[in-house]
Amino acid sequence: MAVLSEEQEMLRDMARDWATKESPVSEFRKVRAAGQPQAYNSSAYAAMTEMGWAGIIIPEAHGGSDFGFMSAGLVVEELGKTLTASPLVATTIAASAILLGGSDEQKAKWLPRLASGETVATLAVDEGAHCDPSAIETSVAGGKLTGKKAFVHEAHGANLFVVAAKDGLYLVEKGDGVSLTTRKLTDQRSHADVSFAGAAAEKLEGGSDSLLDDVLDRARVLSAAEMLGMAQAVFDTTLDYLKQRVQFNQVLATFQALQHRMADLFADLAQMRSAVEAGLQAVDSGFGIARAATIAKAEANRVLHAISNQGIQLHGGIGMTDEFNVGFYLKRARVLEASWGSSSYLKDRFAQLSGY
Amino acid sequence: MPTHLESDVQASEDAFRTEVHHFLAAHFPDELRGTGNMLAGLDGPTNETPVQKKWREAVGERGWGTPTWPKEYGGGGLTKGQARLIEHEFAKVGAYNPIGGMGVMMFGPTLLEYGDEKQKLEHIPPICRGEIRWCQGYSEPNAGSDLANLQTFAVDKGDHYLVNGQKTWTSGGQWADKCFAIVRTDRSDKHKGISFMLIDMDAPGVEVRPITMISGTSPFCETFFTDVKVPKENLVGREGQGWTIGKRLLQHERTNISGGGRLAGMMGQSLADVAKKYCETGGDGALVNKVLRDKIADFEIRWNSFLLTARRAVEESKAQGGVSEISSVLKKVGTKLAQERSELLIEIRGLQGLGWEGDEFGDDELEDVRGWLFGKAATIYGGSTEVQNNIIAKRVLGMLDHQ
Ligand SMILES: Cc1cc2nc3c(=O)[nH]c(=O)nc-3n(C[C@H](O)[C@H](O)[C@H](O)COP(=O)(O)OP(=O)(O)OC[C@H]3O[C@@H](n4cnc5c(N)ncnc54)[C@H](O)[C@@H]3O)c2cc1C
Repeated sequence: MAVLSEEQEMLRDMARDWATKESPVSEFRKVRAAGQPQAYNSSAYAAMTEMGWAGIIIPEAHGGSDFGFMSAGLVVEELGKTLTASPLVATTIAASAILLGGSDEQKAKWLPRLASGETVATLAVDEGAHCDPSAIETSVAGGKLTGKKAFVHEAHGANLFVVAAKDGLYLVEKGDGVSLTTRKLTDQRSHADVSFAGAAAEKLEGGSDSLLDDVLDRARVLSAAEMLGMAQAVFDTTLDYLKQRVQFNQVLATFQALQHRMADLFADLAQMRSAVEAGLQAVDSGFGIARAATIAKAEANRVLHAISNQGIQLHGGIGMTDEFNVGFYLKRARVLEASWGSSSYLKDRFAQLSGY
Repeated sequence: MPTHLESDVQASEDAFRTEVHHFLAAHFPDELRGTGNMLAGLDGPTNETPVQKKWREAVGERGWGTPTWPKEYGGGGLTKGQARLIEHEFAKVGAYNPIGGMGVMMFGPTLLEYGDEKQKLEHIPPICRGEIRWCQGYSEPNAGSDLANLQTFAVDKGDHYLVNGQKTWTSGGQWADKCFAIVRTDRSDKHKGISFMLIDMDAPGVEVRPITMISGTSPFCETFFTDVKVPKENLVGREGQGWTIGKRLLQHERTNISGGGRLAGMMGQSLADVAKKYCETGGDGALVNKVLRDKIADFEIRWNSFLLTARRAVEESKAQGGVSEISSVLKKVGTKLAQERSELLIEIRGLQGLGWEGDEFGDDELEDVRGWLFGKAATIYGGSTEVQNNIIAKRVLGMLDHQ
């Protein structure tokens, strides 16, 4: 765990407290049972925005607290532990796009609404099943955006889309020319293909030439933070289980074969945490972001993949049941692994950034 | 605007940097630029050239080879920040720290903590001056991972102990002047019957037989003790306290193996740079073999997060004022990554990366082959990976012993 400021510790403790008491995995079960395409509980998100979480990276002048990405990551990690369903990550990513590329007017209009929860926003980049920001067909003519975006996270709850077109990022409000086709993925959260047919779009004119990559890097570190929470939760649950499950008249935790596997996973988890925290810190410091974000998400992918598989294996049969929570983490894990860059995509990007 | 305090600190840092520059200008000979420290290695006799000797003496005299150790025992008496500055400034001009070896890495810090005043005054200054080589008398034929099973026995003879037994895998034993050893002084208790003592390697009754390793280098030894007299003043701590002291020394050993510093230095060169020399690249400068490129990226991402983890462990232990719970992870992960890197280097170079000797192979190629072989030891010594796993599982994760 990175060394935190007092403010950050308070924020994390508050998030941990809320998530364990108000939003345990049983709350996600309710969301799943309700079967709504939005796939989160609006009153839970209202509670989160009430506590200021949607405004963590937003400047005070625009209604946020300006605590930065490390702080946002702390909250997201805690929510990841209990699989809390909300558009917090999607909205924060969208906010970062507006912060980086928006005009003063756009910031003044949208950031306070995002911080307060009045507007839910999300990022729509990819047009296929793989992260591929270089293959974008969506285009804009005369302020009207046309194109199809695939597997957009939290699309159902969103009333604002940050959309990648050939020549940059655009803000598109839900409304005329925007239609959704639900995509039910294994994590049972909100995903949809979004089709834009001449929808009114406003360009984000600011930011650097690599605005899209810059935003994707922020998406990578925040998703990695959620994955860190998930990995920690599966690890802790598995360890607890091994300590109480008796076979051969022995508690399973006493078997060395299992001890060594847990020691391996513990080491992996330590690596993942270092990488994710360094990614978040890089965004805050503004230095070496692309590389740090790539490492963070690549390590998150690798380690959560291993831990989610071992989580099932080490639970034995009970791990295979829907009644038990571990499977939920496995299913969400793969969705996040595939989002904003799979392991092979990220390794390729790392090599490119390193010049080989 | 810096505060007064900050500018004072800045000024004293600048002054110290100037002092280091003067020292290097006065003492570091150009011909040693970019060479390594022969003494820190365990794999050769000490045949220093006169120029190397002068450089060692200059650094030793100043205490800068052991910069943070107390001045009264021959250390530099400096802060960690100043020590880092020295390291940095030395590196900038290609100068090495000529003081090293087990005395610096493990024995010195342990004696500073557990030794009495007389022992510190006797043993620490020669370590700081690089005048003496220590070896580690821990392992025995039947006490490796199960170290506390050691049988070498010391009988109390009033003013001295009489030691009999056999140690093994004693690195550099044939070149060492002294040995820090754990021996049994009481057979009735496995752990409390162990004592920590210092043995002269040229005392009558000490015999070493070198063993060649798979790397062809770095012989380590079997060491035999037959009626060896060890004066009572060479007992460190109390009789029976040897296990506690011995384990503390192992913590220093593990930190040194994995602390990031040594491994980081070793792995300084990017694998991709090597690959670009040995393998085809396309017009865009990228490696043509995409599978190899993937392996290198995969390795380097994990290597980066290892360095971040090492840094985090340091930050955490500073903040908590104790050892970070992930310090136990570092040895296990760092040594594994080092081995993976060696294997990748061989793959990158092909058969050119497997030379044993001959002018057809470059120095770095031959060195890396020996390093690959010698590196297999890193997951064995200082507590094998399996033993680290046991430590993590039991002490950190609280998984219990099999009943
Ligand atoms: C290059 C090198 C230099 C060395 N230098 C020194 C030195 O200077 N001084 C010194 O005293 N010693 C030295 N050693 C010895 C070293 O500390 C031992 O080799 C090490 O502690 C392992 O003991 P062992 O070789 O007896 O292996 P064993 O203990 O016999 O182990 C064999 C294998 O079984 C595994 N194993 C053992 N116990 C368990 C367990 N409980 N659970 C799971 N797996 C287990 C081990 O991990 C290993 O893989 C050196 C070793 C090497 C390779």
